[in-house]
Amino acid sequence: MTVLETTGLTITLDGQPLVRDVSFGLAARDRVGLIGESGSGKSLTALALLGLLPPGMRTSGRILIDGQDHLGAPDRQWRRVRGRTVSIVFQEPLTALDPLMPVGRQIAGPLRLHQGLNRSDAERRAIEWCDRVHLPDPARLVRALPHELSGGQRQRVALAMALACRPRVLIADEPTTALDVTVQAQILTLLDELIEETGVGLLFISHDLPVVAGLARHLLVMRNGRLVESGLVDDVLRRPRSDYARQLVASAARVTRLARPNVRGEDR
Amino acid sequence: MLSYLIRRVAWLIGSLFVAGSAVFFLLRVLPGDPAVTLLAVGSSPDQIDAIRHQLGTDRPVLAQYGHWLGDLVTGNLGDSLFTQMPVLDQIAGRLPVTVPLALSAFVLSIVVAVPIGVFAAVRRRGLLGVAVSTLAQLGIALPIFWIGIVVVWLVAVQWRALPPGGFPRTGWQDPAAAVQSLVLPVATLTIAQGSVLVRYVRSATLDVLSQEYVRTARSLGYSLPRALWRHGPRNGAATVVQILGILLASSLLGTVVIESVFALPGLGSLLLTSVKARDLPIVQGTVFLMTATVLVVGLVVDIVQRLVDPRLGART
Amino acid sequence: MSTPLVEAVETIEAPDIPDRPRRGWRSPSFVVGAALLLAILALALVSLVWSPYGLDHTDPTARLAGPSGQHWAGTDRLGRDQFTQLMLGARTAVWIGLASVAVAFAIGVPLGLLAAAAGRFVENAVVGVIDIVIAFPTLLLAMLLVTVYGASTGVAISAIGIGVSAEVARLTRISASRVFTEDYVLAARTCGTGPLMILARHVLPNIWHTLLVQATLAFGIAVIAEASLSYLGLGTPPPAPSWGRMLQEAQSTVSVAPWNVLLPGLAVAVTVVGVNLLGDGLREILDPQLRQQRQAADR
Ligand SMILES: Nc1ncnc2c1ncn2[C@@H]1O[C@H](COP(=O)(O)OP(=O)(O)OP(=O)(O)O)[C@@H](O)[C@H]1O
Ligand SMILES: [Mg+2]
Repeated sequence: MTVLETTGLTITLDGQPLVRDVSFGLAARDRVGLIGESGSGKSLTALALLGLLPPGMRTSGRILIDGQDHLGAPDRQWRRVRGRTVSIVFQEPLTALDPLMPVGRQIAGPLRLHQGLNRSDAERRAIEWCDRVHLPDPARLVRALPHELSGGQRQRVALAMALACRPRVLIADEPTTALDVTVQAQILTLLDELIEETGVGLLFISHDLPVVAGLARHLLVMRNGRLVESGLVDDVLRRPRSDYARQLVASAARVTRLARPNVRGEDR
Repeated sequence: MLSYLIRRVAWLIGSLFVAGSAVFFLLRVLPGDPAVTLLAVGSSPDQIDAIRHQLGTDRPVLAQYGHWLGDLVTGNLGDSLFTQMPVLDQIAGRLPVTVPLALSAFVLSIVVAVPIGVFAAVRRRGLLGVAVSTLAQLGIALPIFWIGIVVVWLVAVQWRALPPGGFPRTGWQDPAAAVQSLVLPVATLTIAQGSVLVRYVRSATLDVLSQEYVRTARSLGYSLPRALWRHGPRNGAATVVQILGILLASSLLGTVVIESVFALPGLGSLLLTSVKARDLPIVQGTVFLMTATVLVVGLVVDIVQRLVDPRLGART
Repeated sequence: MSTPLVEAVETIEAPDIPDRPRRGWRSPSFVVGAALLLAILALALVSLVWSPYGLDHTDPTARLAGPSGQHWAGTDRLGRDQFTQLMLGARTAVWIGLASVAVAFAIGVPLGLLAAAAGRFVENAVVGVIDIVIAFPTLLLAMLLVTVYGASTGVAISAIGIGVSAEVARLTRISASRVFTEDYVLAARTCGTGPLMILARHVLPNIWHTLLVQATLAFGIAVIAEASLSYLGLGTPPPAPSWGRMLQEAQSTVSVAPWNVLLPGLAVAVTVVGVNLLGDGLREILDPQLRQQRQAADR
C-alpha cells in the first residue's frame, strides 16, 4: 500500500519555480532512487515531503501520507507523521546532530516523544538501536558526544534516530556524500540490511548513479526542478529516454568501466 | 582542565598586576603633580609638602610603585586624604547598598529578559516579536540616567508610590525602608540591562534556531518550541554565560550612574565624590577593586564555559 | 630568480569584492539611520551660524516656562532657552563623538594591525593589553583622568577614545588575521611581498568596511559616554552646553518642568538609534556575505 504519494508538487520562491510538477509514490519495501545534478531540487523535494521547507517557499500540488493530504496542513498534523511515518537522514551527520547532547539521548528523544517511553526504557532502546546499526560497545557509546565519533559512526547514529520509531518511509538525502569511499560502502551495506529487516520504504537521494543503482530498484531522474525520467533501474540504465539520463548513464558507465571492468554482470 | 585552570589563574594574576600598575601610573606618572592639582591655588608650600608626604610622592617613583604593589598584595589600599579613614573600610561601608543593587538588578534582568529574548527570536516575524526587539533597541539607546529620571518622575512624582531617592540613614536596620529605596534603582538598572540582554538572548536563540540539529529534531516530530527547549539551553549556554559575565560587570558599573540618579550612598557615589574631591587613594582603590571584579568575573565566565562545552577543552 | 611557480603564484589575484555593493536606498536601515543622524548633524551645524538665542542669554521673566512660540522647547530654571541648549549640545556631542572615534581608531587600528602582522609573541602581548583595557571600563578610566586633570573636553575625549580603542583593536586584529591566512595573501608572502605592501594591497581593502561599521557604532558609544560623563559632572565643563548636563539640571526640576527631560534624552536616543541603524545598513550594503548568511539563517 502506498504510504507516501505526491502529485504535481511544485515549489516556488518569490514566484520562481524551484521544483515543478513532481509526482511519484512510495510504499513499504519500495526502493526508489532520486538522482540529479546539484541544484536540481532533490533536497527541496525531500524537505517538502516532511513539511520542512524554509519559510517563504510556497508549495502547490498534493502530498498524501496514508491517504491524507498534508500539503499546507498545520504543523500539528505534520508532527504526527514526522519521525513516525516518514523519517529523513541528512547529508552532514556532524551538523545534523546536537554537538552537546550524548548520542544515546538523541536517539532516545523521538522514542519518548512518540511512544511515551520513560527515560530508562528509551535509553535501553537507544542502546539496542546502536547495536542494530553496528556501533561498537553501545552501552558506552550512547554517552559519547558526536565529536567523539567518526563520520561513519555519526551517520549510523542518525540512521538509528530516524528509524527508532519504525517509520514506514525513510528519506535519505545524500547520506554518504560527506563520507570517504570505504565508509560510504559500509553505510550503504548497513542501509541495505536495515531496509530488508524493517521493511521501510526508501527514497534514496544522490547525484551518484552507481551508488543509487546499487541500492534502488526504481529510479527517478531530476533536472532543473522537473522529473525527466522515471522507471525501473534496469530499464533506465539500458534504455534511457531523456537526453540527460543518457548522459548520466554514459558518464557513469565510463567511470565504472575504468574502476571495475564488468560491473553490471555481477550486480543483482 | 586543571592545567587550564592554572594557566587561567596565572593570567588573572598577571592582569591584576597590569591593571594595578596602570592605575598607579595613570595617577602618578602622567605629567602634573597630584599634590599641586589637589590643592587650591595659592596654598602654602608647607601644605603642598604635607600632601606630598601623605601621598608618598616625595619619594622616588619606583619606590612608590613598589609600595603600592606591596600594599595591594597585602590588601591595604591606604587612607583617605580627607577623612583619614582606611580606604578599604570606606569601601566596605558602601557595599551594603551597591551589592544588593547590582546583584538584584542582575538576577532580575535575567529572569525578565531571557524569556523575552527567546520569544523575540521565535516570533521574529510576528508583530509582537518585532515590537519587543524594537523596544529593547530603544532601551539600549536611551541613557540609563534618562530612564532613571523618567521612572522617578512617573512613580515617585506622579504616583507618589515610592521615594524618589536616598537611602535610610540607619541602613538595613529598617529593612522595609531600605528595600523601598532600592526598588526604583533596581527597576531602572533592570530596564537598561534587560534591554541589552534581550538583544543578546535573541541573537543567541536565532543562532540555535538556524542550526541543522533543530531541523533534525523537527524532522523527528518535535515542534519548534520543543526542539528549542531540547537543544537551546545546552547549545546557548556558553554564549549566555559570556553575556552574563558582561552583564554582571556592567551592572556593577551601572551602579555608579544609578547611585548618582537616586542619591544612594553606595560605592559608585563614593567614587564620584572622591573624584570630585580628588581624594586620590579612594579613587585608585575603588577603581582597582572594580576592575579586579570585572577581571575575576571574566575568569569565572571562562571556566564555566569550559564546563558547559566540553569541545572547548578538547581543542587545547 | 623567477621560477614558473612564482609566476603562477603571482597571477593569483585577490578576489574582487564580490557583487556590486547594493545601492544605499535599497536598505531601509541605512536610509532611516542616515536621516536620523543627518537631523542631529544639521542641529549641530546650524548652531554654528544661528540659534534661537545666544549661549548665555537668560530670560529671568520666563523661568521653567513650557514650550511656546518664544521658547520652542521651554526654558530651564535660569530661564535659558532649551532649544538653544539642545542645538549647542548637539555640537558638543558630535564634536566629542567624532574626536573620540578618531582617537580610538588612531590607537586601535595600528595596534590591531601590528598584532595581526607580527609574530605570535607580539600578538599575545597586544591581545593581553586589549583584554585588560576592555576590562577597564571607559567610565572608570575617565574618572581616573578627571581626578588628575579635572574635568575638561580633552579628558573626556581621551578617556572615551582610549576606552573604545580596545574594541577597535580587537576587531582590527581579528579581521586582519583572517585576511592574513587567506590563500592569496600566503601566496603573496611566499613571493616576498613586504608586510606593508600586503597591508596596503590586501588587508586594508578587505577590512575597511568592517572598520567603517565599527566607526559608526563607536560614535554612538562615544555620544552615550559623553552624555553620562557630563551628567555626572565629569564632562565638558560649563558654560559649554551638553545633553548630559541638561538632563542633570532637568532632573532637579522634574516635578515642575518634566518636559525639560524629554528632549535631551530623545536627542541621545535618536543619535544612538540612528547610528545603529546606519551601521546595520552599511553592513548590509558593504558585506554581501553577511547578506547571504542572513538569508540562510532565515531558513
Ligand atoms: N533556502 C533556500 N533559499 C533559496 N533558494 C534555495 C534554498 N534552498 C535551495 N534553494 C534553491 O533551490 C534549488 C534546488 O536546491 P536543492 O537543495 O533542492 O538542490 P539539490 O538537488 O539537493 O542539490 P545538491 O545535490 O547540491 O544537494 C537550487 O537552485 C537552490 O539554489
Ligand atoms: Mg541537496
